[in-house]
Amino acid sequence: MNAIPLQHILLVSTGLFFIGIYGFLTRRNLITMLMSIELTLNSVNINFVAFNRYLYPTKQDGLFFVIFVISIAAAEAAVAIAIIINLYRKYKTIDAEGADTMRF
Amino acid sequence: MNSLFLIVLWPALSALAILLCKGAKQVRTASLVASAIQLGLTLYIAFEYYTLRRAGDHSPFMMQSNLNWFPQFGISLHMGIDGISLAMLLLTSVVVLCGVLVSWNISYLTKEFYFLLILLSMGAYGFFISLDLFTLFFFLELAVIPKFMLIGIWGSGRKEYAAMKLALMLMGGSALILIGLLGVYFNSHTSGGLPTFDLLKLSVVHIPRNAQHILFPFLFLGFGVFTAIFPFHTWAPDGHSSAPTAASMFLAGISMKLGGYGCIRVACLLMPEAAQYYGPAIIVLACIAILYGAFATMMQKDLKYINAYSSVSHCGFVLLGIAMFTQTALIGAVMQMVSHGLMTALFFAVIGMLYERTHTRMTADMSGLLKIMPFLGTVFIIAGLCSLGLPGLSGFVSEMTIFMGSWQRPDAFHRIATILACASIVVTAVYILRAAGKVLMGPISNEHFRSLKDAAWNEKLASVILILSIVLIGVAPFLLSGLIRPGAFEIMKTIANATVLN
Amino acid sequence: MLSATYIALIPLLPLASFLLIGLLGKRYLKMASGPIGTLSLLLSCALACITAFQYFFQAGRVNGVFEKITVFKFAWLNFSPNVSIDMGLVLDPISVMMILVVTLIALMVHIYSLSYMKGEERVSTYFSFLSLFTFSMLGLVLASNIFQMYIFWELVGLSSYLLIGFYFDKPSAVAAAKKAFIVTRFADLGFLIGILILSFHAETLDFTTLISRLSTPGSPWLLSISSASFMGFSLLTWGLVLLFVGGAGKSAMFPLHIWLPDAMEGPTPVSALIHAATMVVAGVFMVARMFPVYALSCPAALQVVAWTGAISSLFAALIACTQTDIKRVLAYSTMSQIGYMMFALGVSGYGGENGLGYTASLFHLFTHALFKALLFLGAGAVIHYVHSNELSKMGGLRKHIPITHITFLVACLAIAGVPPFSGFFSKEEILMASYQHNFPIYCIALFTAGLTAFYMFRLYFSIFWKKELSADSHAHGEGGFAMMFPLVLLALFTLGAGFIPFGKFISSDGLPLTSEVHLGFSLIPVLLSLCGIFMAMAFYKKESTLPDKAATVLGELYKASFNKFKIDEVWLKVTKGFLFGIVGRFAAWFDKSIINGAIDLGASFAEVVSDTVRMLQTGKVQDYAACVLAGVLSLCLYFLYVWM
Repeated sequence: MNAIPLQHILLVSTGLFFIGIYGFLTRRNLITMLMSIELTLNSVNINFVAFNRYLYPTKQDGLFFVIFVISIAAAEAAVAIAIIINLYRKYKTIDAEGADTMRF
Repeated sequence: MNSLFLIVLWPALSALAILLCKGAKQVRTASLVASAIQLGLTLYIAFEYYTLRRAGDHSPFMMQSNLNWFPQFGISLHMGIDGISLAMLLLTSVVVLCGVLVSWNISYLTKEFYFLLILLSMGAYGFFISLDLFTLFFFLELAVIPKFMLIGIWGSGRKEYAAMKLALMLMGGSALILIGLLGVYFNSHTSGGLPTFDLLKLSVVHIPRNAQHILFPFLFLGFGVFTAIFPFHTWAPDGHSSAPTAASMFLAGISMKLGGYGCIRVACLLMPEAAQYYGPAIIVLACIAILYGAFATMMQKDLKYINAYSSVSHCGFVLLGIAMFTQTALIGAVMQMVSHGLMTALFFAVIGMLYERTHTRMTADMSGLLKIMPFLGTVFIIAGLCSLGLPGLSGFVSEMTIFMGSWQRPDAFHRIATILACASIVVTAVYILRAAGKVLMGPISNEHFRSLKDAAWNEKLASVILILSIVLIGVAPFLLSGLIRPGAFEIMKTIANATVLN
Repeated sequence: MLSATYIALIPLLPLASFLLIGLLGKRYLKMASGPIGTLSLLLSCALACITAFQYFFQAGRVNGVFEKITVFKFAWLNFSPNVSIDMGLVLDPISVMMILVVTLIALMVHIYSLSYMKGEERVSTYFSFLSLFTFSMLGLVLASNIFQMYIFWELVGLSSYLLIGFYFDKPSAVAAAKKAFIVTRFADLGFLIGILILSFHAETLDFTTLISRLSTPGSPWLLSISSASFMGFSLLTWGLVLLFVGGAGKSAMFPLHIWLPDAMEGPTPVSALIHAATMVVAGVFMVARMFPVYALSCPAALQVVAWTGAISSLFAALIACTQTDIKRVLAYSTMSQIGYMMFALGVSGYGGENGLGYTASLFHLFTHALFKALLFLGAGAVIHYVHSNELSKMGGLRKHIPITHITFLVACLAIAGVPPFSGFFSKEEILMASYQHNFPIYCIALFTAGLTAFYMFRLYFSIFWKKELSADSHAHGEGGFAMMFPLVLLALFTLGAGFIPFGKFISSDGLPLTSEVHLGFSLIPVLLSLCGIFMAMAFYKKESTLPDKAATVLGELYKASFNKFKIDEVWLKVTKGFLFGIVGRFAAWFDKSIINGAIDLGASFAEVVSDTVRMLQTGKVQDYAACVLAGVLSLCLYFLYVWM
């Protein structure tokens, strides 16, 4: 049962998190950026599950949070994609560089 | 609830009523009625004041009422009047009434215009009756913002620039005042107890000397910006010249008086030692303002600039009178505030009327208008004569009171300052007569002017009210000086006590 | 007896008529305004006569001395318990004499104007201004308080301004009015500061108290003001000299005289009233009012008065010889005669025989008011007839306007000091006083007397003799009855006034002073005057080349006199060139560029800063995210650093 140590799991989630951040900062495509955000969210989910399992095995708060995050992420994806579609309609592109009307 | 509250409540109610009116005509009538009632109210207060005085009430502030507002911070709605504030209230209500009258032809956003006018006047009324520094500041701010809009929306010329400049400079002044007020507040419990904003409680607290030395410049300069103290006067020419007529009248007639009143009531009363210490510096600034304003006026070509710069010069007299620290000079300073308020309101009103007809304010473009518009021409001349201090009009008595008071300081510095100030009345005569000669007299240069109409009823009424007030003060100055004397006496007592303490 | 009610009515009647005509005249009383003004003055004049009679013959003299009677006063503006501006009426010999002169001349001028201003569109304005002037002048002479005097002093200045500028569509009139007001205002600055100095030390503004405090030797007030000094002179000297500066401005003394000749732009009756008979002698009146202080406490200041007067009288007489505008000649002659009055005061002492100059000065003021008003009104009739002010347009008028001619001649003889006309007597006393006290001034006065006779008769001969005018161009005759009546009446007064025993009524200490004419003494001045007259006759009775020859001989002097010694130009340099051109322009420039520039600089500084800072707002989501990340990371590092 204790075959995989917590550190391994944390390493995976950290990797996942930074992959997500990297993707968010470097990709210009809004869909890809959204996917990157999903990655970071999932890395957090993994942390929740892992900590729950390893530190407080008798409680379920971590699991609740994961469910919560997943549902929020779903909602967020819906909103984000709606925004992206609207941006596309306006700018004919889903490139983040194209939508910089809010600059100075 | 006493009648003093009505003074601020009534403008608030009438501002609301104006918002509910339909159509320009209704708005105009409503504001006229409202401001006339306000004048009546002020007169009633004056009557009540006299009755109380005659009945033997010698307390420095009368008709006081005190409502808790934020007791934990020592803030309350504390109101009360003495002769000085009563004089200011009367001035305000006369100017407001006339301002409403001369704005009769505003057709663009009429409702909003009058709403802002009344709001501005509410700020002024509140300011003059507040005995609590916090509410005083509150009302001061209330009087600033509408000016920005009045100039920015209904102004002429470089109105955005002027509105912005004026609002920013006055806000800057307010910021200085706020710092000073907070400083006073936090120094008000040195002898134990809670800190307070209440002016009466503060006036018996002795603020530590070094704190006074730091805080006094903030308060005095802050209020000084409102009075167009040199070198913070440059909002005045631009602001006045871009503002619509009524706003110019309010600006010069009321708003500049807020500053002078604040200098006396807050800065000098609460920090008498620092006032003495900085007195000479203020006198220097005032003398510069008087002479420099007068000379700068001479070179102006635009009538409104002429009056604006001359206001700088005249308000210098107010500061001079304050900083001389003799009772007579102080009375003179307050009389000068009233007199200048009326006179400059009249001047701006008549300039506005001329501008409405000729569509120019340049002296070079006008001439011979007296022949075409005898009424307006005469009003112009009377305003000018008051400005140059002709006996029988209010300017003379107030200036002379200041001179008589200033001369009581026998050392060379004060004497020279007084002589310099006296000298400015010659320069004043030069620019006033030049402007009058150019605009009103001489042959008629522009044939189009021949068809211009003389004053309409509202303009006549406004001019007559202002002229009557000016003449009343000029012919019976004992009324005004008697009104001011007890208040001035109290302030001078504090300052004299402070000298003794030193 | 002397009752406050009707004495107060003397100035108040003209005030009432001013208000009535001024407010309603234009619309309702256009035709009636002249008669209303005249009527009010007639009443006022009658009351003044009654007052004078009562004062001089019944009530005024207490134990043989004329007292100062304060009819009434009330505190108008309190400064401190003992210092206040009072409004009141005070009767003493000089004020009673002045109200007589003022109301009489004003009445004559009113009557004259009824005809002279006929057909003028703004006639009601004219009469209301005249009433205003009369009121202010009466208030000035009756003032019980030095500040009250200053107030009315300013008011006469205003009415003078308004009346000079009466024809305000003429640019020259506007300029002249402005000049008159500003020059006198400048001088009034001296008056004001003088009042401040004196009242501060005397601790009162009331005339009676002020004078007694400052003229009693050894009084604490006098000690305090004499011991304080500034730039080597005591404050008393400063105060009195500054007061005199005010008086010199109003009385057109050198070098503040420049406004008076220009003031002739006003209607001629106005010149007669204001700029010849009454307002311009206000300076003399003021010095006479303060005379005890001048004479008893500060002879140095009196020296200033004397020399200013002497110089002015000579200076003006020199200029008057070459001017060609009839009214300007009269203006300069006024200035010269006021100079006479001034130096008469200046050389006088206080009390008894020493006070002869004082009596003489006021006597001359009295007679001068009569004959100078007559001269101006006569000049008005001449101008009315030929429609020009220029001497070259006149000549041979004696047959066309005979009454004017005779009365003008009477006045000329009077001013030239030919016996038995009134001017002879007053001038004689002045010369006597200066002979006794100040010989150099006596010499100046003698020379001026000769010059006076010359230029007055130059005027007379040029107008009424010289060449013959063709009659047809001036079909209308002499002015009507309203114009002739004042001329004749004034001429009669001019004939008779000299025989008034003036010293009995007016003297420096209130005691009667008898003065007789010394035939031996008066021989020289009379001869000099006759010389002047004969020279003028030789030059101007017929057209001749003599004047031109004289002009060439005199050369530069003639030119200087013709150009009025360029005093105007000097003033213009100082005021326009320096004050307006340099100081004013500098102030305006300084305001525009430095002060306003500093404020604008503040604004642009804020703009530059905000321009820089806003570059951070790229509008790219990822930049913001990177910023957030950097922030989070640096916070993490910071906390790590803290906790480690």
